[in-house]
Order: sequence, then structure tokens, then C-alpha cells
Amino acid sequence: MSSELIVFIVLAAVSVLSAILMITRANPVSSALFLILNFISLAGLYLTLHAQFVAIIQILVYAGAIMVLVLFVIMLLNLEDEAPLRMQLTKRHYASVLFALLTLVLLVQAIGWLGGDTLAGMQQQSPRALVNGTVEHIGDVLFTAYVFPFLLTSILLLSAMLGAVVLAKKRFP
Amino acid sequence: MFITGVVGVLTRRNAIIIFMCIELMLNSVNLTFVAFSSYLGNEAGQMFVFFVMAVAAAEAAVGLAIVIALFRNRQTVNINEVNVLKW
Repeated sequence: MSSELIVFIVLAAVSVLSAILMITRANPVSSALFLILNFISLAGLYLTLHAQFVAIIQILVYAGAIMVLVLFVIMLLNLEDEAPLRMQLTKRHYASVLFALLTLVLLVQAIGWLGGDTLAGMQQQSPRALVNGTVEHIGDVLFTAYVFPFLLTSILLLSAMLGAVVLAKKRFP
Repeated sequence: MFITGVVGVLTRRNAIIIFMCIELMLNSVNLTFVAFSSYLGNEAGQMFVFFVMAVAAAEAAVGLAIVIALFRNRQTVNINEVNVLKW
């Protein structure tokens, strides 16, 4: 087993386990902390895929900004623990797990339908991946081919900011 | 991981945890984007991940603002007790 494979298996196991732990915790804070662990292991996975830029952004934006926002809101609302999951298992819960498993089957099928040619071309990482992931190349493409969606993103973020301020404003004193 | 997120959204009754599960699903999709982009040698996947992250940040900000407004009106974030829109 190559060292790369071992790193991949460890990171994948950490991310899946932390995701499962995250949805089963009763306390929102521990749930959020497991989500941060998940994000960090994902950043490691991006590094093994030679996507340095995405890995750094993952840590900065997700583990940094978004999760701090989530933790801050949890703290602001002063939430108590939910009833343990086992106590509230109903028929609807079993049905939702069943539907999720059906979705899993569908996804595996979809990968199967990709066809042998595409999958055969994906047996190893493309040599271009080494270049593609660098900040230099990402910036180059972002400001040439993808400059219009990039500008649209700024409008989206502005409207989201305004929307958040308006929604969180105190309306009913 | 995506399936874990789906299960979380469907089973948990806490609005904030549902938000975190949505983030989980977005991240699993991001992971497949980066993996395909890396194995096919195409940078479009990584660009898409960039935009997905921007949308996720906007969604998190608006969503948490909605949660705060909700909590201020109802004193709860349990979505079973928020049924104004129910028939």
C-alpha cells in the first residue's frame, strides 16, 4: 500500500465518521465541532487531489467563516439539547432513512452509467491536475473565462448581506 | 457523506442542525467536483467549487438570519413547532 492510499483512507474514514457523528449528536455545539472536523479532513482530501487553492478556501471559508457564524448563532440562541434521537424514532424517520438509501443506490447507478470509457480514463490523476490546482492557474482562469459568473457572485453576496441584515433586524420589540 | 447529510436533513428537528446538514451535502458535492476535475485534468470543476462555496456562504448568512428572526418570534428552533405555513 502506498502512503498516498493510506492517507486517503484515513481522511475518508475521518470525514465519513465525523459526518455520521455530526447528525447523531443531541447537542448542537458538538454537532458543529464534528462538522468542522469533517471540513478539515475534506481540506486534506483536496490536498491529496492537488487542489491547493480549494483546500485553503475550504479552511478559510467553511471551517473559519461559516462555522464561526453557526457557532455564534448557537451561542446567541442559547439552545438546550434535543431529546435523544433514539427516543424520537418514528415511522417517518425510518421512511426518511429508507429514501436516503434509495438515493444512494441511484447515485451508484449513475456512476455506473458513466460508461467504461470515462471511467477507464480516470484510473489515475491527470498530469494536468498538478497545474490546475495552483492559485496561479485558478486566478488566471477565474479572471478570463469565468469573469462573468465571478461578477455575478459579487451581486449575490451583496444581496445576501442585505437580506441577512433585514431579516435579523428587530421588528417586534 | 451526501447520504448522511440527507438523513440528517430528514430526521433532525433543529433548524440549525438542518443547516449544517445542508452544508455537509454541498461539501460532498464539492468533493466529487474536485475529484473529477483532478482525474479528468479539467479546471472547470474547481471553478464550480469556488462558486458553490460563494453560494453556500450567502445561503448560510441568510439562513441563520431567518433562524434568528424565527427564534425571536417563536422562542424555538424546532421545526415541528413552526407550522404557520401548514394547511
